[in-house]
Amino acid sequence: MAQVFTKSMARNIFYGGSVFFMLLFLVLTFDTTRSLPALDNRDAITPEVARGKLLWEQNDCVGCHTLLGEGAYFAPELGNVYQRFGNSKEAIIGFIKSRPKNGIPGRRSMPQFNFSDEELSAIAEFLIYSSGINAAGWPPNIQG
Amino acid sequence: MQYKSQAVAMPYFIAAIILFVAQILFGLIMGLQYVIGDFLFPEIPFNVARMVHTNTLIVWLLFGFMGAAYYLVPEEAETELFSPWLAKLMFWIFFLAAGATVAGYLLVPYATLAELTGNELFPTMGREFLEQPTITKIGIVIVALAFLFNVGMTVLKGRKTVVNLVLLIGLLGLAVFFLFAFYVPDNLVLDKFFWWWVVHLWVEGVWELILGAILAFVLIKVTGVDREVIEKWLYVIIAMALITGIIGTGHHFFWIGAPEYWQWWGSIFSALEPLPFFMMTVFAFNMVNRRRRNHPNRVATLWALGTAVMAFLGAGVWGFLHTLSPVNYYTHGTQLTAAHGHMAFYGAYVMIVLTIISYAMPLLRGRTAANSNKSQVLEMWSFWLMTIAMVFITLFLTGAGILQVYLQRVSETPQPFLVVQDQIHLFYWLREVAGVVFLIGLICYIASFFVGNKDPEHTLEVSNTTT
Repeated sequence: MAQVFTKSMARNIFYGGSVFFMLLFLVLTFDTTRSLPALDNRDAITPEVARGKLLWEQNDCVGCHTLLGEGAYFAPELGNVYQRFGNSKEAIIGFIKSRPKNGIPGRRSMPQFNFSDEELSAIAEFLIYSSGINAAGWPPNIQG
Repeated sequence: MQYKSQAVAMPYFIAAIILFVAQILFGLIMGLQYVIGDFLFPEIPFNVARMVHTNTLIVWLLFGFMGAAYYLVPEEAETELFSPWLAKLMFWIFFLAAGATVAGYLLVPYATLAELTGNELFPTMGREFLEQPTITKIGIVIVALAFLFNVGMTVLKGRKTVVNLVLLIGLLGLAVFFLFAFYVPDNLVLDKFFWWWVVHLWVEGVWELILGAILAFVLIKVTGVDREVIEKWLYVIIAMALITGIIGTGHHFFWIGAPEYWQWWGSIFSALEPLPFFMMTVFAFNMVNRRRRNHPNRVATLWALGTAVMAFLGAGVWGFLHTLSPVNYYTHGTQLTAAHGHMAFYGAYVMIVLTIISYAMPLLRGRTAANSNKSQVLEMWSFWLMTIAMVFITLFLTGAGILQVYLQRVSETPQPFLVVQDQIHLFYWLREVAGVVFLIGLICYIASFFVGNKDPEHTLEVSNTTT
């Protein structure tokens, strides 16, 4: 880089570029928050769904599973588990409830969390709400 | 070491290395759980091992960044640190908080930890990488503020160099964007959207400024190239990093319920994200080729070149591999993501912290310029063992990822997740073997601090130095 391109020019590109693109990012963010009501299934967020989300967090479910593709890659995607389980809330509850306490010899197994019936229902409702988010056609198929 | 107060960096570096060891051990546990599903179950379930693996990584990198700042800011500013005792106090607060948090993860179920720390009053737990109890997060903010105050005051009272300024902007951004860790709305889409303001704007944004500043500092020291030249490069690199990286955040918004225009913004800008990393590689090799001195700390130079190359491969190439939305539609949330994550973190952030430790530690331990030949050779072994192991970890996870994508998402008869996992065991086994090699490299690294301490060092060969 010869003298035609000086340090102060480089500095100005850094400050100017960063500020410009941060502002552009804020504009896009603002537009996103205005578009979200049509996409994010917010009408389905009941107190029970919120409770389910808190339980999802307080048991670190994302430490094994993905939800809309984000999380850990040790256990199945859950953004569409409702559909995969035949649109059955009972099937989700039954699965979580029936995990063996000491696991399955040699294989991966979800821990037994000893949830109450209310908690199980809340978690299932949270997953049902999540499955209603418009995720641009993702995942590619029912297997997640 | 030119200023006495630079010595506060030492405990930060030592803590970083201790947590690095914990990170790798838990990585090996997880790697084994991928193939022996019930390994340590139910005592250490996978998610707990993963929290320890990722959280210790983040915290040891933060220790490394702080140590780097405490070391290089006084030297750049040509003045003593504003408050060495505050730096020492913050070290102990941070170290004990990190230790207590890891102990909490391991000793009680996560839900119990949430209950004990009153998570329901102010819920912030249970999101990827931000699993720390709310009280720990508040502790992180306090430590970060005290640290920024200390470093900022040092810069203010001393010489203002570009390296210091860029480092400070990076650290300030780190603190500011961390505040989004406290925003956890019930709306999952909003939650995810702003979660990335911490995670992406850290690692593909402001952390790159920290990386650039540390690399520039070490290159000034080991090559003796004129500071003006290096600073110009630094500005151009970080300009490109933010120009591409900020809107590049959009590559995380493809499939989480955000508007579909993010597929364009995210694909285009993140496709340009390899550029600053490529420039960093060119920069590092250029400076070393134009060096005006042969610094006796050869291994620090090796780390500096290594971080530039590996950051380009891991963050740049492996990031580009799956960043275009039509590709990402199939690869999102698979082992390909894990492959990229491993090499990017190692190349960009692990290696830059090891670079500054490699440069600064001999000086902090009272040597004139470098470790003995014996120690440096062992450290070079550790460099190659860890780096090659990481290349193979990445390649094996990439193999696993491609197969996973095909079997689960592309083939005409898509198979269930766990059925697919069984079919890619071989790659997971190979990854675990590479992980063991990484651990051997890490053992060599630690051993390099203890060998040849009584041997003489090379004398500094100086020619035409101006810095």
